[in-house]
Order: sequence, then C-alpha cells, then structure tokens
Amino acid sequence: MTARTLFEKIWADHVIVVSPQGEELLYVDFNLINEGQSFLAFDQLRMEGRSSRRPQQHLAVTDHYLPTINRDRGTAGMANPEIRRVVEMLDENATEFKLPHIGWGHLDQGIAHVIAPELGIAQPGMLITCNDSHTATNGACGVLAIPIGGGNQLRHVVATQTVWLKKPKTMRFTVDGVRPEAVTAKDVILSIIREIGVGGATGYAIEYAGAAIRAMSMESRLTICNMSIEGGARIGMVGPDDTTYQFLNGRRKAPQGADWDRALTYWKTLPTDADAAFDRELSFDAARFAPMVTWGTSPEDCSPVDGVVPDPSSIGDGDRRRHVERALDYMKLKPATPLQQVAIDRVFIGSCTNSRIEDLRVAAAVVKGRRVARNVKLALVVPGSGLVKEQAEREGLDRIFRDAGFEWREPGCSMCLGMNPDRLSAGERCASTSNRNFEGRQGPGGRTHLVSPAMAAAAAIEGHFVDIRRWT
Amino acid sequence: MDKFTVLNGLVAPIDRANVDTDQIIPKQYLASIKRTGFGEGLFAEWRKDASFVLNQSRYKGATILLGRKNFGCGSSREHAPWALMDYGFRSVIAPSFADIFFNNSFKNGFLPVVLSEAEVDRLFHECNAFPGFRLVIDLERQTVASTDGALTMHFDIDPFRKYCLLNGLDEIGLTLRHADKIRAFEARRKAQHPWYF
Ligand code: SF4
Repeated sequence: MTARTLFEKIWADHVIVVSPQGEELLYVDFNLINEGQSFLAFDQLRMEGRSSRRPQQHLAVTDHYLPTINRDRGTAGMANPEIRRVVEMLDENATEFKLPHIGWGHLDQGIAHVIAPELGIAQPGMLITCNDSHTATNGACGVLAIPIGGGNQLRHVVATQTVWLKKPKTMRFTVDGVRPEAVTAKDVILSIIREIGVGGATGYAIEYAGAAIRAMSMESRLTICNMSIEGGARIGMVGPDDTTYQFLNGRRKAPQGADWDRALTYWKTLPTDADAAFDRELSFDAARFAPMVTWGTSPEDCSPVDGVVPDPSSIGDGDRRRHVERALDYMKLKPATPLQQVAIDRVFIGSCTNSRIEDLRVAAAVVKGRRVARNVKLALVVPGSGLVKEQAEREGLDRIFRDAGFEWREPGCSMCLGMNPDRLSAGERCASTSNRNFEGRQGPGGRTHLVSPAMAAAAAIEGHFVDIRRWT
Repeated sequence: MDKFTVLNGLVAPIDRANVDTDQIIPKQYLASIKRTGFGEGLFAEWRKDASFVLNQSRYKGATILLGRKNFGCGSSREHAPWALMDYGFRSVIAPSFADIFFNNSFKNGFLPVVLSEAEVDRLFHECNAFPGFRLVIDLERQTVASTDGALTMHFDIDPFRKYCLLNGLDEIGLTLRHADKIRAFEARRKAQHPWYF
C-alpha cells in the first residue's frame, strides 16, 4: 500500500461518493453549531420541511453573541434585543430539530472549539464540521476538522450528515528546534503566518509536525491549529501521539474500556507514513522564534516585540506597500516606532485561540501580585468554557486576576469579535490574545494587536507592550 | 436557487487587495434574523465615506463587482455573498479569492470569476476610463466580454459548479440521489468504529 499522510487517511475513510466533477461526498461524524448564522439554515430547513438525519451527531453551542455578564439573570440579562433573539433562536432551533444543546445557562457552555476537545468529542480519525472558520482548532486532536458555511452547508449537514468538498492539496510545516522560553504556541503560529503570508496556505490542508510540535501540550497544539485559517488553510492537523491519547483518556465523550483499546489500536495507524509525500513542505526552526506583536490589520502584519513598526516606503511590492500604509493609518502608528512604546487602552485574554487553562495559568503567573496599569481602561479575562472557568477558580486564578484589576467573565467569544456587548470603542487600542486584527474586528474603529497570553498580561501591567523575555 | 446564465451588468471597481468579509458585511449587521436585508450593511464602514465607489452615482445599479487579489478573506460568514446579492450584485471578478468566500458564493448562486492579474488590471483601467462600463458574463461559454465584444476573456470554472449554477440546482437534492450509499456507509462505519457513534 502506498504511503499516505494523516490527512489522506482520514479523508479516504469518509468518502461516500466521488462526483464526476471531482467533488467528494464526505460523511460527517460530528457537527458543531453556533448561533452565528445557523438560524438561516434552520429557517430554510423548516421551510422545506426537512429534519435532522442524525441528531445525536450534532451539538449546538452558544458562544458568539452571548454576553459575558449577567448570566444569572438569564435571557433577561441580555440587554440588546437582537442579540437576545439570536441566542434564543439557537435554543429554539436545537429543540425543534432535536439536537443536543449547550445553551447560555449550561455549566459546560463556552466556545465550541474549546468544548469539543475538552469533552473528548474531538477524537483522532473523525471528520468534524462547524459553521465557524476556526474549526481547524480540533485538528490538534488528529481530527479532520473543516469549517462550513452557516447557511447552505450547515443545512446540508443537518439534513444529510454529509458534506460535498473538493479535496485540498497537502502541506506540511515541520517545526524543529527548541522553542525559547517565553515563546509560546501563539508566537510560533504568528511567526509562521508572517513568513508564508495570509494567503500562504490557501487551498491546502496543513499538517504541523516536527520536534517543536511534538514537544507541545495539547493546549498549545490547539492554539497552533486554530490559526491555520489565518494562513489561508481551512484544515490544520497534528498527528495523534501519546500526548493526544493522554489528553483524551477519561474525558466524558471519549471511548471507554474495550472501546478505548479498539480505538487506540486504530488511532495508532493514522499518523503520516514515513515516506508519504506532501504537495508542499516548509521547515521552521523554533529556536529562531520570538514573542510577536501585530502592528497592522492582517495577522501577517506582525514583528518580534523588540522590533519596530515597519516603514511602508521601504517595501518594494506595490500591493503590500499600499496595504501597510493603509494599515498603519488605521492603526495610527508611525513607522519606526518601537513596538514596546505602543500604549494600550484595553486587554483581552480569551478566544478560541488562547482561553484554555494553560493560557490562563501563564497569564496569571505574569500578573500575580501586580496591578493593571492606570492607562488601561479595561482588562478582561474570559475563560473558553465553563469547565476551564471552574478549573481556573479551583486553582485560584480568578482571584489573582481580580486582585490585579482584571475582570473575570463568563465563557464565550467575548471581545474576539464585536458581535456581543464586549467591544472596543472607535480609536481604542487593545492587546488581544485572539486571532484576527482586521479593521473593526473587535468593534468599529477599534485597533487590535494580537499577542500571546503572557504578552497580553505583561502589557496590561505596564500599559504598553513589553518584551516578556526581558521583563521581570 | 436562481439560475445563472448570462449576466449583462454595470461594473463597480473596488481597488483594494484582501477585502475581508468583516468589511463586506460588518458584524453589527449580522444579528438580522432574515436572509434578506443584508445589503444594507454591505461595506457599511466604507460607505460612510462619500467618495467610496458605491456612493458614486455612476456605479448605481451595478451588478458586477471588480476586485483585487484574495477577495473575501476572513470569517466563514455566508452573509458576505448574501449581502453582495441583496445589494444587487450577482458576480465578482478578481485575480484570486479566499477559499471560504469562493465556496460560499457558489452555494448561493453568486458567481466568483477568476481572471489573471493583467486581465483584471485591464478591466480596472476600462472601468475607470469609461463611465457606464458594462460587462457580459456568459457562464455557458465561460467568458467575460465588453458589451461590444471587443474585449473577451475566458475564465475557468469547475464543471460541477457550473452545472449547478446554470440549472439553479440546490445541493440537498443532488445529494439525496445517493441516499442508499450514505446509509450503507453509515452502517459500515458504525460496525468498524462504533465508538464514534
Ligand atoms: S473566539 Fe473568536 S475566532 Fe473563536 S469562534 Fe469565537 S469569534 Fe470565532
């Protein structure tokens, strides 16, 4: 049998039909649904009189719109009627279509991409879809996790438990070397995106490999896979290994007993064969990476924190120069400004990129015994899920954050996107652990700087960015 | 889904690379609970600028958008093609598109056309030079042409997507022709890997 990659094995395992035109009909083992746009899919299904084919293979989760305060007051605590309506509609639709649902009042509630791995839903070899572009996060568990559109594609998955897709090409990022201390998974993925560009992996399924990835915890791998889409790829994966199995073992939805042994035997056949070929391969040396800060309006617009804001006039490529000019204008930054001199108004620690327990531990260690700087108007910590929140509180992390002047919120997407009440005002500058720094992403006119949790925490304390490697 | 055959339309140029879905339809418009009505939010931030293309009378009623590379990057929101369609656009021409936007477009009967950088440059040039500049997009023949036919460019399109667009075919209907195979697959997978179910 010819050597195959992890991606190829899982893909092949899910093909039901190949259309003469080359699109393939794939079986969906599990589908996650958020409130974002899903009401459109349900509206249409209802109109057509269709039902859900396999309700138990879905989970509806409220994350995008849900406010992170006033949960005890239920839907009445959601001041904005449109937001309240969207949250309620997910409830109603899940009930009507008989889909399991983690609503706003549920103890497990949180961001879908945080919940699926932590509940053990995301298992090696599965094909998982979700109406959200960061679905690749689950790929860290050896899952083929694919984002789908919230309207037609979601409607199709609910009605048929399948999805039509064109097979992407394969690409491997091998990250070898030892990551310097204080350089986190976030810095690794930002550094990679800086090198390849935001369209660098468009059309490819990425596999992250190499010693530096192997050495990472599951949390870190989830952060890496999460930002595959920022490099243009809809799919990002890490081959399952002992770290994966240990992480999964005992989780609520993970196989138990004899099933676990059977599963494990199968999972061990999944990693990429030694001589399998990829369409593209790139190598990186983790030892060269540094803590990163974005200065522009695209995730590739980032530099090591000891660097300066670039000068567009020194950029040869016309498109790129115009982009940087516009980005600096929007971000109100002057060329050659040292990044460490950039002062911030708000801090957001959260999002499906960096809201897991490991992220919160790192950030708490930085802020412990200190105070948020006076120029920082609001510093938010938003755990990724109810389980993360509970764990953090058990460890006393909430106290550390609160004592330092942070707000400790209920789980959700929060200020990763300006769709719920947590958002930036025009002109405000935010150190954010999220994944997107597009114009207006965190609120119209808001200015986002993407960083790791440690860097965000240190920026909160100093009121501007600092080089976490030299900061004590 | 409406059929897409031949589109003869006024062209509006947006001369920016990496137009992302957050710009196409800013999130404050997403809470709308109807599929229609998103056109109001189309490029809402940019439309605040009186000189923005869509505010210029010469582009009123445009049905074809001309863009630069990596059009539609960002979130997977299906609202992006909906907003464009609700505003009146039926097609966008650019040198490259972000994957998700590209796929979502087809599924909504909205046609993204890929032409080379040079061809797109040429179209920007023509469009700027001639108020009222129109193009004819013929899906069957896979051509983009000026109304007088002097300028004709060919584009590639996946045959399956073309077939669906031309016939206004919706995907669930296509898929359910394979209902037996889906059932058989499901049974086999359940026997082999029961823990996934
Ligand atoms: S945290 Fe942000 S990126 Fe992640 S799912 Fe929510 S909105 Fe999307």
